[in-house]
Order: sequence, then structure tokens, then C-alpha cells
Amino acid sequence: MSSQKPGRAGETHAADAPKLVLAGNPNVGKSVFFNALTGMYVDVSNFPGTTVEISRGRYHDYDVIDTPGVYGVSSFNDEEKAARDIILEADLVLNVVDAVHLHRDLFLTQQLIDMGKKVIVALNLMDEAEKNGIGVNVQKLSEMLGVPVIPTMAVKNIGIAEVLGRIGDASQGNRLAGVAELLKPYTEKGLTEPEALMVLEDDGETCKRVGMQPAGLQEKLYRQRRERVDEIIAAAVNETDDKASFSVKLGRLMLRPLTGIPMLIVTLFLVFMFVGVFMGQTVVELTEEKIMEGMYRPFITDLIGKVIPPDSFLGQILAGEFGLLTMTPVYILGLLLPLVVGFYLMLSILEDSGYLPRIAVLTDKVMTRVGLNGRAIIPTILAFGCFTAATMTTRLLGSRRERFIATALLGLTIPCSAQLGVIAGMLSSLGPLYILFYVFVLVLLFGLAGRLLNRLLPGESTGLLIDLPPIRLPGVKNVLKKTFVKTKMFLKEASPLFALGALIISLLQYFGILEAIQAAIAPLTEQWLMLPKEMATVFIMGMIRRDFGAAGLSSLALTGPQLMTALITITLFVPCIAAVIVIFKERSKGEAAVIWLGSLVSAFLVGGLVARFLLLV
Amino acid sequence: MTLDEAKRGDRIEIVNIKDALVRSQAIRLGISEGSRMQCAEIVPHGPVILKNRKQEVAIGHKLAHKIKVERVG
Repeated sequence: MSSQKPGRAGETHAADAPKLVLAGNPNVGKSVFFNALTGMYVDVSNFPGTTVEISRGRYHDYDVIDTPGVYGVSSFNDEEKAARDIILEADLVLNVVDAVHLHRDLFLTQQLIDMGKKVIVALNLMDEAEKNGIGVNVQKLSEMLGVPVIPTMAVKNIGIAEVLGRIGDASQGNRLAGVAELLKPYTEKGLTEPEALMVLEDDGETCKRVGMQPAGLQEKLYRQRRERVDEIIAAAVNETDDKASFSVKLGRLMLRPLTGIPMLIVTLFLVFMFVGVFMGQTVVELTEEKIMEGMYRPFITDLIGKVIPPDSFLGQILAGEFGLLTMTPVYILGLLLPLVVGFYLMLSILEDSGYLPRIAVLTDKVMTRVGLNGRAIIPTILAFGCFTAATMTTRLLGSRRERFIATALLGLTIPCSAQLGVIAGMLSSLGPLYILFYVFVLVLLFGLAGRLLNRLLPGESTGLLIDLPPIRLPGVKNVLKKTFVKTKMFLKEASPLFALGALIISLLQYFGILEAIQAAIAPLTEQWLMLPKEMATVFIMGMIRRDFGAAGLSSLALTGPQLMTALITITLFVPCIAAVIVIFKERSKGEAAVIWLGSLVSAFLVGGLVARFLLLV
Repeated sequence: MTLDEAKRGDRIEIVNIKDALVRSQAIRLGISEGSRMQCAEIVPHGPVILKNRKQEVAIGHKLAHKIKVERVG
């Protein structure tokens, strides 16, 4: 009956230490409590088999484990599965709830109580509740739940000390009527109470693990729980009618197309200025040119050269042009790292301010047309940074169908930041008409390919159903921590892929296979795309690093239309080798092959059409 | 009528949510058959934003079309 243990079972987490688990809905300020409990020494790791990050630390004798924000314990997505497994193993649960949204938050609280967990509730955001005219009778709330409830304002450090001091008072609360009796037959068969509740609520994975049939009571229990929460709210919460505050009004303006679209454009422009211009040019110039290429590469080439002859097979693999110790770290640390940090920083700010879900709402209509929903805006924004990171993020989408569509569309039509810099430079030399044409072709293709996939693929994509958190100023500490954790995860997951990619390319080059491919596609470039045959080299380079491909163009003497054709073809062309590996890792082999071949065919098809179209005008 | 036909400012009562998965996810956010809430915002041909107390939930157009509601005073 053992379940997966979250994180590493390192020596810092003694197996017998009582587990104190933090649980709560998203955006309730859980992390402030976690930091207050654990201080500096926190271990962040992936929950097995997911990208869900789990933080773990120590407080006195307790092993403290954070969980992702969830609305309930079940398995609707990866985050819930991770939270479920951690909560199932908890000895004590510190449940952080948002006083403004008790109606939503108490559902989880009541579920934890029904599990039979020892619970203590931190009633957070009391200041916001007051501002919104919400009064909470804390004693009544505590009485009805049957567990200690402590009012807090975590960001102002009010009430935290009391919560910490009273952790030991966590107690089993008042279950829904009848639940105890329902649990009994299962606990008699050796299940723990929390497991038994999961079986009662038809949690597929728990049922499979304990080898039992779902009891078919989810709907009934959810309904009963919802009614109980309504009852508690009616008795313990007093709401004077609301006047819409500034943040509510702002939130609404973000959703109305008339005001929301200009706001979105300005936001995206600012993101582009920060990531594309500041990080992508100023910072990358320092990190890639000066530090990695200027200092690191000569140093490491020299060092390796002392031990291994540079022309030997091993020398090439390690320190050659595309070597494991040369190109791989230069690319990852010099170029991708600043860009990815920039994007994650921006995304964290958008997320914590409450703007990101509203962007998802605003773009839902467009995304639905291409078989996705508004949530897909997150991988879409990330794809402008690094397609490898974006593909990993497609895991948050609701179905396999959507993950496939998103991966295919983003890989095909969105130029990654590495490439975008070079492309933007060459486009601006061609003038505004060509820039418009370039954007037009990509947008058109995004729409067409998306609709086609949506038509052809069986099944239906999931609809948007999201909670809109209040608009608020994001906390600096939280944003930085998120950026740090996400970046670390990206480096950890993507670095081996980039290394493997470099290795494959080195092998292809060493055995002369690159030249063979080049020769094979040369006729296609000359006849169909009407480009010089050297263009084939550019395509091959593009497979290694997309910006290499784009940069190679500047060495060819091309006319305006030719350059346009080349730029479009190379944008659509197959993702870089690391991205290809990530597709193979994330999708099934069949799906990955379809995506790869699909972008290859589309790139040449569209490129040829563009060449012919430009010939006419 | 269905939820996608609601207008901004309408007060509605949820009559029926067909899809079982959507039903169980929505109930946790406070949206269940019989609950009364306000249509706070509607993106033309896009998502509907339902407001229940301070809670705002966005529901995509297609999903909203599958939710039966009734206008209440």
C-alpha cells in the first residue's frame, strides 16, 4: 500500500519525522508560510514523472512539504496528482485559505477534514477581506470546521508566529454526516482513511493502487460538501455588499476586447523590449560573445587540446565546433539562459499579478479556432523564448490532442528567440512591406495549420474553465523564487537534450553524413525555392541551432524576394535538434515523427509558394 | 437557455451541467446545479465570466454552450 514518495529521500528527511504538509488553493500565500517554516534550507525537486516542483524543508522535528495549489484532492491534472500523493502521506496539514474566497477554499478544507487528517487552518488575506467588506467570525468558523483557525496577513507578517506556535494543535475536524460510516468497510480492509475517501470519491489512480473498484460516490459527496460549505459560509461569513474596487475594475477592463487588446499589445511590447532587446541583445552580447565565446571556449579548447588531439574523433566530440564541452555550454549558458530567465521572469510577473489567466480568457476565442483553449497562451508566449521549454510546458494542457496541436503549431510557426534576433535584423534591412508580409504569412499559416489539425484530429479539445484570481501587485520575492526554480528545472531537463543533440550532430559531421544530406536537398533549394545551392548548408546549420541557420544567410548574396523566401522557409523549418529530441521525449514516436516531417514538408511547400508569389508581384 | 446566451449583468441559476468531468471541476469552484450567480462579463463569442460573491470563474464559449441556465430576477 506504499505510495510514491515525493522528492528525494535524502538524509535531511528522516523517514520517521512527522510530515507537515502545506495545502491550499492557488494564490493564497502558501509560499510565505512555507518560507517562514523552513527558512533558507529548502530542497526543490520534481515530483516523480511530472514537471511539478515540490519544495521540501524542515521545521523543528517536522519534515515540511509544500504542495502545488489545488482546488481539491483528486487527479484532474499533474499538479493535483502530486498534491494528492503528498497529502495522502501527511501527518499534519497546514491548510492556508483565502478569506476573500472562502466559498471556494473551504471545499478543500472540508475534504481534508473528511480524509481524517489533522488540520490547522491559516485564514490568510484578512486585510483584503476587510477591504472588500467581508467579515469572518473566526470562532464560529473554527467551531463548525472543528479545527483551529488562525487569522493571518502573511505578507505583512501578521499571525504567522501564532500559526507556527500552534502547529501541534492541528486536529481532526467535523466530517460530513455519514462519511465515517462509509469509510468503515474500507478501513476494515486495511486502507487508511484518506485512501478510503479517495476510493469513495472515485479517484482512479488510488483505486488502482489499492486494487479496489471506485465506489461511485464522487458526485454525491462533492454535492454534500458544497452544501456544507455553503452552510458554514452562511453562518460564519458576513458580507456587506460590494462596491467594485479598483483592482476588480482593472480586471474587467483586461477582459473587454476594446480595452483588453490594447493592454495586451502594450504588455507584449514591454515583454519583447525586456526579453528580446535587453536580455537578447545587451545581456547575450556579454554572456555569449564576451564570456562564453571570448573566454570560455578558447580556455576549454586549449585545455582539452593538451590531453586529446583536437582532430581525433574524441577531440571533435568533446571540443570540436559542435562539441559537448564547447558548443553545448556556450549555447545553453551564453545564449539560452539569459533568454529563458527573461521569459520566466515575465511569465511569473504576469502569473502572480493575476493578468495571465485574463490573457488566457481574452485569447480563448482565437485559440479555440485552432483546437486549443486560452491556457495554450502560456506555451505560446514561451515558444518565442525557447521551443524546448515551450514543449515541456504543453504538459499543462488538458488533453493529448491539445498537446499535439500546440507542439506542432508552435514548432512550425513561432520563431524562437535565438532565431528571432537574427531574423529581425535581416527583415529590418528589407523594409516595412517585407516585415508585414513575413508576419502575415506566419499568422496565416498558424491559423490554417491549426484549423486543419483541429479538423483532422479525432476527438474534441477541452474547454476553458479557470478561476480568475484578483489583480494584485506581485511579490518580488515570490517572482524571483519562481523564476529561479523554473530556470533550474529547465536547465536540468534541457541540458542533456542539448548535449545529446550536439553529440548527434558531431557524429553526423564526422562521418560525412551532413554533406550527404546537403547534397541531397540541394536540387530542392535550387529548383523549388529558387535559392542558391549553398542554402542547403544554411538549412543543415538550422538543424543544429536555429540561429546558426539564420545567421548563415547573411553570407549569401540574395535578392530581396530570395531573402524573404529563405527567412520564411527557415522559420518554418524543422526545430533545432534539442527541440526534436524533446518532442520525441514528450510525444509518442509516431506523433513526433509526424510533427517533424510535417514541419519539413510545410517549410518547403510554403517556401516554394512564397517564392512564386513574390515572382508575380 | 444556455450559459453562452447570457448577457453581461444577468443573474442566472445553473440548471444543468451535462459533462460529468466539468461538473465535478466546477462544483469545487462553487458552480453547481442550483447555484445562483452573476454573469459579470462576456467576451463576444468568447468566454463567460461568472461571479459568485468575490469569486470569478471564466468558462469557454463551447463549454458555456453545454451548460443550461435560467435567468433569475
